[in-house]
Amino acid sequence: MRRIISVLLENEPGALSRVVGLFSQRNYNIETLTVAPTDDESLSRLTVTTTGSDKVIEQITKQLNKLIEVVKLVDLTEGSHIERELMLVKVKAVGSQRGEVSRTVDIFRGQIVDVNSTVYTVQVTGDSRKLDAFIKALPEGIVLEVVRSGVSGIARGEKVLSL
Amino acid sequence: MELLSGADMITHSLADQGVEYIYGYPGGAALHIYDALFRQDKVKHILVRHEQAAVHMADGYARATGKAGVVLVTSGPGATNTITGIATAFTDSIPMVVLCGQVPSTLIGEDAFQETDMMGVSRPVVKHNMAIKHPSEIPETIKKAFYIAESGRPGPVVIDIPKDMTAPNERFEYSYPKKVKLRSYSPPTRGHSGQIRKAAEMLLNAKRPVIYAGGGVIIGGGTQQLTDLVKRLNYPVTCTLMGLGAYPGTGEHSLGMLGMHGSYEANQAMHHSDLVVSIGARFDDRVTNGTDKFCPGARIVHVDIDPANISKTIKVDVPIVGPVDSVLTDLHAALDELAGTPDQEALSAWWEKIDGWRAFHGGRYDASTQDSIKPQHVIETLHKVTKGDAFVTSDVGQHQMFAAQYYKFNKPNRWINSGGLGTMGFGLPAAMGIKLTHPDEEVVCVTGEGSIQMNIQELSTCKQYDLPLKVLLLNNQALGMVKQWQDMNYESRHSHSYMDSLPDFTKLVESYGHVGMTVNKLDELESTLEKAFAMKDKLVFINVYVDPLEHVYPMQIAKGSMNDMWLNKTERT
Ligand SMILES: Cc1ncc(C[n+]2csc(CCOP(=O)(O)OP(=O)(O)O)c2C)c(N)n1
Ligand SMILES: [Mg+2]
Repeated sequence: MRRIISVLLENEPGALSRVVGLFSQRNYNIETLTVAPTDDESLSRLTVTTTGSDKVIEQITKQLNKLIEVVKLVDLTEGSHIERELMLVKVKAVGSQRGEVSRTVDIFRGQIVDVNSTVYTVQVTGDSRKLDAFIKALPEGIVLEVVRSGVSGIARGEKVLSL
Repeated sequence: MELLSGADMITHSLADQGVEYIYGYPGGAALHIYDALFRQDKVKHILVRHEQAAVHMADGYARATGKAGVVLVTSGPGATNTITGIATAFTDSIPMVVLCGQVPSTLIGEDAFQETDMMGVSRPVVKHNMAIKHPSEIPETIKKAFYIAESGRPGPVVIDIPKDMTAPNERFEYSYPKKVKLRSYSPPTRGHSGQIRKAAEMLLNAKRPVIYAGGGVIIGGGTQQLTDLVKRLNYPVTCTLMGLGAYPGTGEHSLGMLGMHGSYEANQAMHHSDLVVSIGARFDDRVTNGTDKFCPGARIVHVDIDPANISKTIKVDVPIVGPVDSVLTDLHAALDELAGTPDQEALSAWWEKIDGWRAFHGGRYDASTQDSIKPQHVIETLHKVTKGDAFVTSDVGQHQMFAAQYYKFNKPNRWINSGGLGTMGFGLPAAMGIKLTHPDEEVVCVTGEGSIQMNIQELSTCKQYDLPLKVLLLNNQALGMVKQWQDMNYESRHSHSYMDSLPDFTKLVESYGHVGMTVNKLDELESTLEKAFAMKDKLVFINVYVDPLEHVYPMQIAKGSMNDMWLNKTERT
């Protein structure tokens, strides 16, 4: 099953490599990974999406928790949560394609953030499935480049992951 | 407040931490620190002949005392030479602090002379590592390192120290912190009381219980409570390779070791039990054999300080996360409160069954042989000569298993071996670390002619520091354990397991200034050992030619259940 694990990490050099190293060392897979400092500069928030059996996920969270620099973590998929990913897509846009692309962008509530005579650059946010669907919905053969941020997530309601 | 250079802060911090000995080897990036060592006399430094040995020395000390051993090496090759030793300590949860020199911070990343990314190289085999970014961080970083290394599930901690952090002419205020706190690290202090109560109830209701004790009982200081538990319930107990001595090996409730080369009765009892209570053990693959066939009728209680060990390889019914000593104390209290007694009828039937397994020859060696020296017999003779009270270190191979099986350890911290990583070359330096701090105790390294040659250069260190330990070489003229596997699984094709061109060990040890003895005949064995151990102030190296055809039995049959075992070369369960 796919899981979103969100980690509060000491914002120290080497801390990230310890997390990433753990995944490769123990043969866990990483699908997406995002990391940035939080409002408290001494802390980073790291979100990793991974797949595995319940047993593997349990090991991942326990092994992560053992890392000295990991302050706290939560498996967001255990409760209701919000998941967002940002994607930038560069597409060929000439002639009738221009209208079609811009209609598709509207449907997905995306934005065209850069334009020239032959190319649109589109920004779409949402959960990962929505971004996949957007790519599928585009006319065949026009996608030139895709860059995705990886998933960030937060629990719904009053639950917070903080010190 | 005192103003000190980074290098002096290191020696002062170690002294303030109460460190008496450190083990190491100098080199460019560590020279400021070595100069600081020279200018003080609180911390004594032992110069080894290879950095790996420094780590094993620190490890031996740590295993015998429970306190972190300390290592000091230079950058690059000095640092990378420690890796095997660090990994050895990591796998067996041994507390240790390794101080590594590093090229000056201004050169890091430039492929400078003797630059290695020690933070990266050591990362997968340490509990934690830290790099010094400013000299003033040194005292607190050292304090943190000891705290992390010794608390919770212990392990090695590496500190990377760029040379400019120890510059002699830059001084900063020094004070050594009394305590450190890390917001992101808080090892468990008590087990869950509800779980402990449940475990107590299960213990009282069991009909065929086995207590399975591991190295965590020794590390966690729980041997007394374990012994009390076993005795109050009259339950059988088996110890892992790492747990030998957690319960007295000659005690009436002891089934000996379990697992791959465990005793017949221990593996049978485990397989037929209805309750396994694992304390400070981690269901290692060398214990469980095929996990799908592990103890089919048993419910399992698992006490461990590391939550990640719970249900990692074997799914358990009642996990208890906490330090062994406090959990066992609470378990005794829970049993007091329940005030019940186990089903005595079931228990005597269970003991009857166990005694039947004990009476069966169960893979024990043929003690009647007169024409060769059986390695098992050598260990029994060692036990006799040392009255079962020596610190015994070992290397890795058949000799290690024979020592584990036949030297019945009655005390904790006396059996010192690389159980998890299986590091050949561990035994001699580990013995040195123990002898140095336990000069009045008998310390003996049981080794093979393959293993001893992996760190034999340390005989020179033994001379320099006058370490009159004993080395007992079970010389089967082969990488015996490898050869055994080749006999059993590769139709006796002895691919590179044969050791010809061995040195004359007696001459070799004499050239290092020690005493060498050789035993070829069975009737010379005991008298030679007596003679060797009577030489209290000499390192004596006893080379015993043992039966080269001997295998270690019992041996579990791969992927089978606990009680699927070879009992000798032709018989199996
Ligand atoms: C550093 C290292 N390399 C290789 C091995 C694999 N290995 C395990 S036992 C063994 C043979 C050891 O031979 P010896 O020390 O003579 O002991 P014996 O089995 O003959 O008693 C080997 C090569 C190991 N455990 N450690
Ligand atoms: Mg050998």
